[in-house]
Amino acid sequence: MLDVQNIRKTFNPGTVNEKTALRGVSLTLKDGDFVTVIGGNGAGKSTLLNAVAGVWPVDSGAITIGGVDVTKLPEHKRAKYIGRVFQDPMMGTAATMQIEENMALAARRGQKRTLRPGITRDERDHYREMLKILDLGLEDRLTSKVGLLSGGQRQALTLLMAALRKPDLLLLDEHTAALDPKTAAKVLEATERIVQKDRLTTLMITHNMKDAIVHGNRLIMMYEGRVALDISGEDKKKLTVEDLLARFGQATGSDEADDKLLLS
Amino acid sequence: MDFLLSFLNAMPGAVGQGLTWGVMAIGVYITYRILDVADLTVDGSLATGGAVCALLISMGVNPWLAMLTALLAGMLAGFATGLFHTVCGIPAILSGILTQLALYSINLRIMAIGDDAAKTKNSLAVSVDRHNLLVSSRNIRKLTLENPILLLAVLVVVVIAVLYWFFGTEQGCALRATGSNGNMARAQGINTDRSKVMGLVVSNGLVALAGALLTQYQGSATVDMGRGAIVIGLAAVIIGEVLLSGVFHNFALKLLACVIGAIIYYAVITLVLRLGLETTDLKLLTALVVALFLTVPYWKGKYFSKPVKPVKKEESTHA
Repeated sequence: MLDVQNIRKTFNPGTVNEKTALRGVSLTLKDGDFVTVIGGNGAGKSTLLNAVAGVWPVDSGAITIGGVDVTKLPEHKRAKYIGRVFQDPMMGTAATMQIEENMALAARRGQKRTLRPGITRDERDHYREMLKILDLGLEDRLTSKVGLLSGGQRQALTLLMAALRKPDLLLLDEHTAALDPKTAAKVLEATERIVQKDRLTTLMITHNMKDAIVHGNRLIMMYEGRVALDISGEDKKKLTVEDLLARFGQATGSDEADDKLLLS
Repeated sequence: MDFLLSFLNAMPGAVGQGLTWGVMAIGVYITYRILDVADLTVDGSLATGGAVCALLISMGVNPWLAMLTALLAGMLAGFATGLFHTVCGIPAILSGILTQLALYSINLRIMAIGDDAAKTKNSLAVSVDRHNLLVSSRNIRKLTLENPILLLAVLVVVVIAVLYWFFGTEQGCALRATGSNGNMARAQGINTDRSKVMGLVVSNGLVALAGALLTQYQGSATVDMGRGAIVIGLAAVIIGEVLLSGVFHNFALKLLACVIGAIIYYAVITLVLRLGLETTDLKLLTALVVALFLTVPYWKGKYFSKPVKPVKKEESTHA
């Protein structure tokens, strides 16, 4: 479903702030794969997701989604294939618009926007039903401005919006990192339900090793702009945190990574 | 008593001016509030609308057609600003200033079209006696259908109705999302550059339409008629918001609040003129009014909000 071939990205080339964030990353996701991504700060996790989403062009390499070469497509055109949830709960929704308006915008992702009504009565009923899945009481607040919701509610709504129109690829960029532990667990649970329901091909960054091990059918660990570990199948099911750290040390020849990973 | 009478006597004029500028204020609302861009093109596009309208009417063209052409000219100006901003990557404020500056030269040329004696002109007069004008301040106190307040009020309602419809469509929602959160809009597949251009086009079209109305209302277009227009438009938007945001929640009513803001603005202007200020003092006054009305909500939030956080802190120190 997703095919990333040897992509590279350097920020601020030729200046003192030059930073090579991706040093030739290749990654192939099969249809229905749920891949968790871990790695320390600056390992290139978010950069990888942003490269796939098309926030800026990559320096070299190719990205294909569902057989379509999207390497040169701008962000809004790639949105046709991709559902996204950001780390910052403020980023995924329009605060000054109503809950139902936000959902209606997401329902039209990748479609031509016309002069037809931005939301219809049938849609409203549909959205109310969908919001019930979240179990946050949002189904009674369809016309509330999203800015009135809590961070957790906004993140859950963003998640629902990302999957509203079945995406070829779901990108989750540490989407529970900014939430308190209880809310984070709830949003993660909703994530699991939504991903399972439509068997969405998913790439989820997390800073929590346990979450990375528990969720998904495959785990990759990034280090210095490369994929350092790639564990899937039975291997992934039996994985423990200690295993993971040991294998990471072997793969990179670095032991400093232990605290770096655990702390970040 | 005399003072009060003369003030009341001037009220129809204030309402007429307020309705005309209200159309302009709605244009400012679209960029300033919905798109979250301060667009300075309007100082130029208001005069462009006026110049185009005056030119066509003086050539004997139907005033409705003249206004439509003025509207299109304004849209073109907004399109130019939009391209500067999105294609050339120039910051929005600077893009507006560039177009506004360019329009000054263009407006001087427009008003001289068809005149063999001059290549540029800084004003063009139209008279209700010689030309077919839709609105004129001359009729402001007449109790007939010629009274401009009537037609202006109808136009305001039509403009609000059309915008209410447009911002409820898929494209209109995309435009609102662009102004609210560009990241979200792009993630939902909205071409935010395109939305911004569209917003600037619609906004400047309305501003030019207001310029066309103003030209007929006051009987002339001048190259300076748009100077400081952005501030008057902002004043109307902000006065309307500060006074009416508690009652007006519907989008159409929010647009109406801009018009009411403009009427209040001109009522206040009329009042201070009666109190003895010169018309040339008005720009100073307008700037102060806008500064004041922008300060009030800011200070309200900063100094007079309920101290939620400090209370929590106290609790934790006691514990």
